[in-house]
Amino acid sequence: MNITTRINGKEVAREIDDRTMLSSFLREDLSLTGTHVGCDTSGCGACTVLLNGKAVKSCTVLAAQVDGEEVTTIEGMSNGSLHPLQEGFKEEHGLQCGFCTPGMIMTSADLLSRNSNPSEQEIREALEGNFCRCTGYHNIVKAVQHAAKKMNS
Amino acid sequence: MSYIGKSVKRVEDKRFITGKGNYTDDIKIPGMTQGIFVRSPYAHARIKSIDISAAEASPGVVKVFTGEDIAASGINGVPCGWQVNFKNGDTMKEPPHPILVKDKVLHMGDGVAFIIAEDYASAKDAVEKVIVDYENLGAVTDPQEAVKDGAPLVHDDAPNNICFDWELGDPKDDVAAALKSSHHITTLDMINQRMVPNAIEPRSAVGHYEESHDKFTLYTTSQNPHLTRLLMCAFVLGLPEHKVRVVAPDVGGGFGSKIFHYAEEAMVIWASREINRPIKWTAERSESFLTDAHGRDHRTSVQMGFDKDGKITALQSTTFANLGAYLSTFAPAVPTYLHGTLMQGLYTTPLVNVDVTGVFTHTNAVDAYRGAGRPEATYQLERLLDLAALEMDMDPIELRRLNFIPKFNGTTEPGYQTRVALQYDSGDYHGVVDKALKMVGYEEFRKEQAALDNGKLLGIGFSTYIEACGIAPSAVVGALGARAGLFESAQVRVQPTGKVSVYSGSHSHGQGHETTFAQVVADRLGIPLEDVEIVHGDSEAVAFGMGTYGSRSLAVGGSAIVKSIDKVIEKGAKIAAHKLESRVEDLEYAEGKWTVKGTDKSISFGDVSLTAYVPHDYPADLEPGLDFSSFYDPANFTYPFGCHVAIVEVDKETGQVKLKRFIAVDDVGNIINPMIVDGQIHGGLAQGIGQALFEGTVYSDSGTLMNASYMDYAMPRADDFPSFEVDRTVTPCPHNPLGVKGAGEAGCIGSTPAVVNAVIDALWKGGHKVKDIEMPLISERVWNAMQNGSSN
Repeated sequence: MNITTRINGKEVAREIDDRTMLSSFLREDLSLTGTHVGCDTSGCGACTVLLNGKAVKSCTVLAAQVDGEEVTTIEGMSNGSLHPLQEGFKEEHGLQCGFCTPGMIMTSADLLSRNSNPSEQEIREALEGNFCRCTGYHNIVKAVQHAAKKMNS
Repeated sequence: MSYIGKSVKRVEDKRFITGKGNYTDDIKIPGMTQGIFVRSPYAHARIKSIDISAAEASPGVVKVFTGEDIAASGINGVPCGWQVNFKNGDTMKEPPHPILVKDKVLHMGDGVAFIIAEDYASAKDAVEKVIVDYENLGAVTDPQEAVKDGAPLVHDDAPNNICFDWELGDPKDDVAAALKSSHHITTLDMINQRMVPNAIEPRSAVGHYEESHDKFTLYTTSQNPHLTRLLMCAFVLGLPEHKVRVVAPDVGGGFGSKIFHYAEEAMVIWASREINRPIKWTAERSESFLTDAHGRDHRTSVQMGFDKDGKITALQSTTFANLGAYLSTFAPAVPTYLHGTLMQGLYTTPLVNVDVTGVFTHTNAVDAYRGAGRPEATYQLERLLDLAALEMDMDPIELRRLNFIPKFNGTTEPGYQTRVALQYDSGDYHGVVDKALKMVGYEEFRKEQAALDNGKLLGIGFSTYIEACGIAPSAVVGALGARAGLFESAQVRVQPTGKVSVYSGSHSHGQGHETTFAQVVADRLGIPLEDVEIVHGDSEAVAFGMGTYGSRSLAVGGSAIVKSIDKVIEKGAKIAAHKLESRVEDLEYAEGKWTVKGTDKSISFGDVSLTAYVPHDYPADLEPGLDFSSFYDPANFTYPFGCHVAIVEVDKETGQVKLKRFIAVDDVGNIINPMIVDGQIHGGLAQGIGQALFEGTVYSDSGTLMNASYMDYAMPRADDFPSFEVDRTVTPCPHNPLGVKGAGEAGCIGSTPAVVNAVIDALWKGGHKVKDIEMPLISERVWNAMQNGSSN
């Protein structure tokens, strides 16, 4: 089938196999390998992207479902300068191996779009669908707080 | 400027936060195919027949290999890198571990065929078309059941499924006699449950044979690319090492599970030459659950004796360690030399005996998982100490203090020789306790605990641990059965412009070596941090390496870098002396320049570097260039220690445990980057607490791994934890040039018993005399324990 979608602000038209998942469309067809696949059951959240501004797990969204929609991946988060969330993750040491990081940033972007000043508990609850095995989440929480503060200033 | 002790922001972060990391599964090579393994759904079954004809005819399929093809090709199995002998001196049982099975599968997930197709979807379709006729032979998964007569045998040549039996320390009779005459004995029978490491990046391997160069390249998710190359070339495939390049690019976490050489790596390399095309294999998550080497899985009975004052009199520990169906690379070392040697802990225990039986079962292989043996040792000792304090109505901290080894620095005072083979390097165990208690507000806590009346029980638990890391002196581990050295290599290449490239045999998969190592180099050379680049993970760029595990990177790999820097400075001084018309002994090196002592005559590092490569006006007897390699073999293990404190709340109605606070004071020696060290501790704590409260495999009696997905295995989530409260003391390591001990595993080693102790304390103080609850402490088990006084 043919789909036309906007990825990181640019229109993309492709012919795809009907069963193609959004994650493999991004990674294989478009070489946007910043979106990672850590499982295939929506469990780990490493593949999280924004679909029309809302966080979704791209390993369980069909590419066909984004026909006519707008998708943002980690590659689309910085335009010249780092997004405050990207900056926050660096400043607060919110990443170690980096594999979960794109998904963490995209989920956090969704949170901050709904709640510009989340409490620690609200951040922890918003991130409960994203696994990190390296950081114990401690500095990820601080990274999101860092970004919220910057975006509010 | 000095970079040591500064929380320099990580130089590697930019690529990760912008989606530009380069992980193995991101790699694309023109003409690349996709491989998928067909894996056994049974734990123990004979393959009566296997029909691949439909799969071979499936659209897009390039080739299908079976165990028959592997056997016919003469490929050896995956080797084990550590030999443990039986008590009677016999060599451990070491059955073959084929990369694809021909006749009999030995655990769920054992590979029986490998399908290569043009793309992933075509390969996946073909998996369904492989028809295997299995005869189920019945399985055993529990190591204590496996050693009984009549239990199903994993390997015909390992009677009673015993791989080895092993003993360390004082004679068992002496320990038994001392226990018998003790004033009090505390006993626990415990299961240290099997854990799945769960790096969020699944394992992946790309094999690329280039006929034009007769050369192989393996890209792999490895903590240990050089050792993978050595094992794969020398033992599995019989390939010449110089024709094989192994690259471990960005690796998404390891936690032990990516140390080992796996069958899949050999498979993609061998098969890529067979089909003359590159092949990528990436594990699905459930495949990771079934085949990434697991951790822990000990069944232990342990007794600790005390005299009337609370002094420990003796310790007897007896363990059945589940090794799984096959021996993974370091599997035999974990329950023996990395566990038994830590059974003295921080205490002056005069008599210690550790007895371990390594057992085969029809389960996935067990090997090093963050901490590797040391968490199992610490769990026994620290559970015993808190329980003994409850039983003897003593304060758990006072009981520990009474038994602590006194402070020693390892330089003017000697190291401490234990009963179980190790000599601790330096320690100040009261120091970490003092600091932790102050952070907790211990006296106030006890008052709050006694006064609580809100339907909850409040508990506090302690753990004072020591571990052995910075592994390891090659001659020592060689004598203990290691089939490898455990040194590290580093090359410091000074470029003509004075910029520095460092090639390290350590491998970073989250630890931040590109920053920490650069801090060490920039500090020693007195040059800007941005003038230093750390290169790692590529066997073609780095001379050799033993990789990253056992909290060894800075203590061993960092020390190798220091050795090379010292050589650079020593040679640079000869060039500087020539240029300054001075004598070498009259020069001093500081802040990036050589200065004639007592004068303002100096020459910069950059000028000396350029002179080394443009040697026109140059010492007559000196080679050009400024480029040194070093190998560092440590003199001893390093011994971090610490005090961890957990405060939990237990719901009386449901048994639900909530971790309220976690305080960790760790002493990992000198610190290069405090931000990175704290991050290592945080991550370790989460894994240790995860074992206490949430995680663990569930195997059915027939050998099915029941929770092999993120829908079923309880990975800790962000909302399971409070923010951690971490601090440190600093007792330098006396035997390496940086004075560092290693921080990678400390959090995971110390935290688990503190959490369980806190729950037991809550219950005990709430009137339930519960001595133990089996991990993980899910609400059902805690609730049942409150009702019945036990966990069942």
